[in-house]
Amino acid sequence: MGGLDGFAFTFLNLKVMATWLPKIAEGFVLTVLLAALIVAAGLSLGLGLAVLRAFGLRVLNWGIVFVVDLFRALPPLVIIVLLYFGLPGMGVSLSGFWATWLSLTLVLAAFSEEIFWAGITATGRGQWDAGRALGLRFLPILFRIILPQAVRMVVPPLTNRTIAITKGTALASVVGVGEILGSAQSAMAFSGNPSPLTLGAIAYALLFLPVVGLGRWIERRAVLPGR
Amino acid sequence: MLEDFADNFLNLDIVARAWPILVRGLGQTLLLSAIVVPLGLAGGLAIALLSRSRRRWVRWPLAAWTDTFRSLPPLVLLIFLYAGLPFMGIDLGPWGAVALAFFLNTGAYYGEVLRAGLDSVPPGQMEAARALGLRPWLALWLVVLPQAVRNVLPDLVSNTLEVVKLTSLASVVAMPELLFQARQAQSVTYNASPIVAAALAYFIILWPVVRLLSRLENKAIAGR
Repeated sequence: MGGLDGFAFTFLNLKVMATWLPKIAEGFVLTVLLAALIVAAGLSLGLGLAVLRAFGLRVLNWGIVFVVDLFRALPPLVIIVLLYFGLPGMGVSLSGFWATWLSLTLVLAAFSEEIFWAGITATGRGQWDAGRALGLRFLPILFRIILPQAVRMVVPPLTNRTIAITKGTALASVVGVGEILGSAQSAMAFSGNPSPLTLGAIAYALLFLPVVGLGRWIERRAVLPGR
Repeated sequence: MLEDFADNFLNLDIVARAWPILVRGLGQTLLLSAIVVPLGLAGGLAIALLSRSRRRWVRWPLAAWTDTFRSLPPLVLLIFLYAGLPFMGIDLGPWGAVALAFFLNTGAYYGEVLRAGLDSVPPGQMEAARALGLRPWLALWLVVLPQAVRNVLPDLVSNTLEVVKLTSLASVVAMPELLFQARQAQSVTYNASPIVAAALAYFIILWPVVRLLSRLENKAIAGR
């Protein structure tokens, strides 16, 4: 077999691909579900922590900063492995799916708290003063004046970070979850051919290329003239 | 309950027994980082410079290249290189697969960051350096690049932090770095303390970087 034929037979074997397409498709659905749950929980938790931090309670803020630092410094795979292999020893058993969900949710919460917080502090002091001059209390100022501006300001970095962390769903394959990579690997083992892995790579590209493109577009639009 | 917790996660006897291999794993992680960070930076610089080309047939394929490697999860790329290529008779081994995967993945990210940095330097800087008689490459290296790096320093540090954290993926292809060794120790002792010790090591090494990053980011925001 020639080089190119050999390559096609090995990596683009349509027969093998057709056989394993349903399994990869199942994995695709699982990846999307896991990603959606992570994004929803991680961003809400991150925003919640940033709002709590805005109250300016010193001891609470030290706690928040420490936890945020912790989950920014630890590699996601280390957290997943720790939850998945460590918790059973405590009598608590977390499935691979939920261990990955919890780990990446905490990581996304940490990174997004930091980003939301940057947006809140970047919203000028004058906005707070103006709100107070209008007779508004702390919470209405925070929720109706500061946050709308802060959130808009941080959309570009938040999008990029969210995409990067969501790609971590592939780590779930390490703890036995049959998401895209997991099912592609087991299909590769069964069929003795790496074409399912190619299929998996295509599935990821289908999922993330539009999102990466969207992130690029948001970033370009967010660049203010004169900066 | 509390004793259970201490026994399972903070068991010093077990950590002491696992210590030698954990230290070796840490050494491997540091070595790996010292190799893949410069590799990614070199790839990124090449991408950044090429993507400023005036020729479309250079720019467009390059954009496709970076977007492809930014949309593939690094673990997928790594598994493809490590477990897929041998079917073609190309066996890179763990080191080769890890190095190539990091070059492709982190190179794409560093490329985006450095391109933004180069774009942020006004063209007058290059013109002025050229007017002083500096050759193009020297002008780039001595005048433009230092300013570009300074302008995107927070992003560069942030990306480097992510790269060091990513080295933990190498455990999946059986490279004996920190996480791999901790997993070995955990599976032998049925106790999670070695993994906690590994997590602690990552935290101790990377916490200062995270702090530095927060400071840099706040400064960047305050400067606007």
